Amino acid sequence: MTARKLLIADDSNIVRSKIARALGQHGLHIVGLAANGREALELFKATRPDVLTMDLTMPEMDGIECIRAIRALDAKVRILVVSALSDKGTAIQALKQGAQGFLDKPFTEAELSDAIGELLEETGNG
Amino acid sequence: MDETQLKVFVGIVQRYFEKITGKAAEVGTPFLGQPKELPIHDFTGVIGISGSQRGCVYFSAPAQMLKELLLRAGETDLSEDNFADLTGEIANTISGNARREFGSEFLISVPVVVRGSGQHITVPKDVRAYVIPLRWHKIAASLVVSVAKA
Repeated sequence: MTARKLLIADDSNIVRSKIARALGQHGLHIVGLAANGREALELFKATRPDVLTMDLTMPEMDGIECIRAIRALDAKVRILVVSALSDKGTAIQALKQGAQGFLDKPFTEAELSDAIGELLEETGNG
Repeated sequence: MDETQLKVFVGIVQRYFEKITGKAAEVGTPFLGQPKELPIHDFTGVIGISGSQRGCVYFSAPAQMLKELLLRAGETDLSEDNFADLTGEIANTISGNARREFGSEFLISVPVVVRGSGQHITVPKDVRAYVIPLRWHKIAASLVVSVAKA
């Protein structure tokens, strides 16, 4: 079985590394690291990942706009928002735009693994 | 900003350190800072606030604390660029978490990071700046909240 492809979008290098370390150990193949929404969109088109982790507050193109653009290209990709914007309104907005999960920052590696696990189980691909 | 709102930030910064390191930061008594005497350490992450509130929030820490935090997180790159990155991410996370209390109209900017303890951070002249002193791993840092209703 081929490993599912993961794209990570976050403007923090440290957060990108933390996510890559945590999820790389869970059989996901990291196909791209994006520092803003525009990079994420370009990398998405180039790599066609199965799963994305998406920060919301990023320069150039924010996460909500990026989710909207990606969702217009692909109805199946699973998107987990990983953000410090922890109010209900933001979570609802992200879900409405096409994200399937929301993880608050700060997070532990175990919480991230659980969130990704749930996201993939929902598709029957876990 | 009233006492209740200030406590929101105190709680957030304590929880941040507890979640990331397993040990909450010890928070001292917040005090009203003088604009020209606000604490600045080696790295400072500044978040602009707009929308329902206006002003800024900044987190400032010495390199020694940032190095310890990176090591605890399993990060092997202990460069100054990563110290700056972490400072901005902490400021962003604390400010973003405040939306749970202040609501979605508490808009936060992407972080701007200032390097050097000799720098000066300009806060709005007409908004009080509260200093929340904190200590983690015996190292002092500061959270400054200068926010008022728009």
